Amino acid sequence: MERYFQPEIECASPEKIRQIQSEKLVKQVRHVWDNVPYYRKLMEEKGVTPDDIQSRDDLYKLPFLSKADLREAYPYGLVGMPLKDCVRIQSTSGTTGKRVVAFYTQHDIDLWEECCARAITAAGGTDEDVCQVSYGYGLFTGGPGLNGGSHKVGCLTVPTSSGNTDRQIMFIMDLQTTILCCTPSYAAYLGERMKEMGYGPDDIPLKAGIFGAEAWSEEMRHDIEKTLGIKAYDIYGLTELSGPGVSFECSAQQGMHVNEDHFIAEIIDPETGEVLPDGEQGELVFTSLDKEAFPLLRYRTRDVCRLTREKCSCGRTHVRMEKPKGRTDDMLIIRGVNVFPSQIETVLINAGYAANYQIIVDRVNNTDTLDVQVEMTPEMFTDNLGEIADRQKELVDGLRAMLGLKAKVTLVAPKTIARSEGKAVRVIDKRKI
Amino acid sequence: MSIKQISVFLENKPSTLKAMTGVLAAHHIDMRALSLAETKDFGIARIIVDDVYDAVNVLKEADFVANLTSVLAIKVPDEPGGLDRLLQVFADCNLNIEYMYAFIGGKDEKHAYMIFRVRDHRAAEQKLVSRGLKILSQEDMQEI
Repeated sequence: MERYFQPEIECASPEKIRQIQSEKLVKQVRHVWDNVPYYRKLMEEKGVTPDDIQSRDDLYKLPFLSKADLREAYPYGLVGMPLKDCVRIQSTSGTTGKRVVAFYTQHDIDLWEECCARAITAAGGTDEDVCQVSYGYGLFTGGPGLNGGSHKVGCLTVPTSSGNTDRQIMFIMDLQTTILCCTPSYAAYLGERMKEMGYGPDDIPLKAGIFGAEAWSEEMRHDIEKTLGIKAYDIYGLTELSGPGVSFECSAQQGMHVNEDHFIAEIIDPETGEVLPDGEQGELVFTSLDKEAFPLLRYRTRDVCRLTREKCSCGRTHVRMEKPKGRTDDMLIIRGVNVFPSQIETVLINAGYAANYQIIVDRVNNTDTLDVQVEMTPEMFTDNLGEIADRQKELVDGLRAMLGLKAKVTLVAPKTIARSEGKAVRVIDKRKI
Repeated sequence: MSIKQISVFLENKPSTLKAMTGVLAAHHIDMRALSLAETKDFGIARIIVDDVYDAVNVLKEADFVANLTSVLAIKVPDEPGGLDRLLQVFADCNLNIEYMYAFIGGKDEKHAYMIFRVRDHRAAEQKLVSRGLKILSQEDMQEI
């Protein structure tokens, strides 16, 4: 039986949702115009005033915000409330440049935690559950977001934060944790470690996992589900918009429902900025409808995916987004071809290798090189060089079929690729361009 | 009777072989024979040791990928033509050798020992034995 945290909103009619969005958008644009001079200037440059925005249908008239704007306006330029009303900041890891610092009022935090509570409930969570939050706590949104969501659902919350893997496992086994929240790469690592310690899926008390903050493939999902004996749910979010819980997966596992009463999702052509119809692939853009302290309008996420409004078997009516293929900044352009790490992961897992890999891109004699380093596993090893070389070649062929590119495959010793406790470092780009 | 060889995956870079011998040394494991096969970026160390199962366990604990392979060990007179006569028997049986290596230094100074990897070691053994060859067992190896 599907559970909902706020059924009246999560299962509202599409008309009702549009009405909520229109009302909130009109108010939000006025709030931004009055309180965020940086965005007001962008609107003025485009010749748009709040009077032009009468409903959700007028959204396209508004200018975009990009990560570059966030950098330029850092730290306070996009804050929409007096600082005396702000109660918290969260921040990104800053791996792709300057950190993003996002601001929250108490109202913003409550809404964010409600979104996370919807995700936990959709994963089957109730007040009977023990929910271990192994996302990092602190500046990173993962820990605080799911922690708050878990409280709202009424789960017994175990705030382990990330790291100290053996202690994580001790808590899972001793407290009989039923729901695990962490990055998918850390879930895979926990699974690997528990297997080594002799715990099979039937010994592990977990029933569900809520994994997000990095791109992961369907194949990786199946691996984690098998090793831990759970159902693994995806969750999506960005610090810029609050954190995890912007969208989340339901039992159907056919895309993530966007919390449309709080966010409007659009897909645009990343080149022209033109809005694309549902079902077409493009860059995901979000408008936050009721955030007070950091009210971003038409924020370009750089995530590439599709939206669908087809009816979902779970009963929720909110639009679904497919798992992003990767951020446009995770996307590598190698010899002119767009490559997402998740595509490489799919090929590796299909060929029987583990999801521990690293992609090294370099430029030699003006030609890009792609080296995929994979750890040798006991299952793939034989004493016969020829057989190993054949399997290596199969991988090269598989990668060529998937990417349209010739890649080098290097087999490396087990445990030589660093395991991450937060976001996995999959790509090392050595090109100096 | 075939014997068990340990095959170990090694990256082709400095000190990986030393890491493996370090593990064996720390556990007082005596190597009878060692052969290395290499490609550009990885290699396989093939070793014959006194205590096979103990050696595999300690290597796995040290995060090496290692497995056991059945190989045929045959004693051959250490004299000109010794190996040639032995390989004649393989040729007569139409047996393909995937790889082989040799070692000397047992108590019996007049003989060397050859290790053969063939696709189907049981069928090969039957054919070779029927032509009068003796295939050494794990116990025979302990005596060397």
